[in-house]
Amino acid sequence: MSTTVGYDDVEVGTRIPEREFRIRRSDLVRYCGVSGDFNTIHWNERAARDVGLPGVIAHGMYTMATAARLVTDWAGDPGAVVDYGVRFSSPVPVPDDDEGAAVVVSGVVAKKLDGNQVVVNLTVRCDGAKVLMASRATVRLT
Amino acid sequence: MPLNREFIGRSFVADTPFLVGREHIRQFALAVGEHSPLCHDLDAAKAAGYVDLVAPPTFLTAPGMWRPVVPTHDPELGLDYSLVVHGEQRYALRRPIIAGDEIVVSATITDIRNAGRNELLITEFEFVTTGGELVATGLSSLVSRGTAATATRKG
Repeated sequence: MSTTVGYDDVEVGTRIPEREFRIRRSDLVRYCGVSGDFNTIHWNERAARDVGLPGVIAHGMYTMATAARLVTDWAGDPGAVVDYGVRFSSPVPVPDDDEGAAVVVSGVVAKKLDGNQVVVNLTVRCDGAKVLMASRATVRLT
Repeated sequence: MPLNREFIGRSFVADTPFLVGREHIRQFALAVGEHSPLCHDLDAAKAAGYVDLVAPPTFLTAPGMWRPVVPTHDPELGLDYSLVVHGEQRYALRRPIIAGDEIVVSATITDIRNAGRNELLITEFEFVTTGGELVATGLSSLVSRGTAATATRKG
């Protein structure tokens, strides 16, 4: 219950450096299993194309969880996130190859709140498109 | 077909609690690439002051999907899941979810409304331990594509 970044160490405008996360088909299969979301568009090319998608796409919740890693790694404690919300603005197609999709995440401290909490605004892109909008995490620092 | 507005305001409660398992946290963390020792190593979690492994921030999606509490497949609601995409999601955690928590999920459909040709199904969730502690709330917005009453139906 202590974070690697202190409340007094950050100010509004403090940036969390950009990182690239890879999402591969095998990640989606794992995520189906642990989340219980077996929607076929996340693992079956035929089913995805049948509903007009370019191919298999990542679960929105998988992209949301991936973006959270920027914050949990920064804070050093996954339990430090007290509020986290996103809007899903664009799907993340995950090609059937070893490279997968590249999701690029960066963050900036937008607000300092009482109780050692800070609001981090996240920018989450894939192939230049914003895949999450209004992506915001409130983190309790020590 | 438009969604049935009579579902607005209806609440649902899971009939059995969801036990947050230590291995489930490890597996969930592995799947989403969360490598914090607090999600994997019991000694590290205890050294950090937690009684057991800490769940990643979006873990509560698992009880929601494994034990759906909102009857999204009820024909009366009229939701065609093949037309659904996730619009918005939020979790507010009063405290971290920890292995061993037994959580009862409840949900209320707070709104169904048109958004252009689409419809939005808004659901608010509460996650309460069997000890009566409200540990988290959540909000989910599902988009039902092209089902708004005013939409021009594809042939």
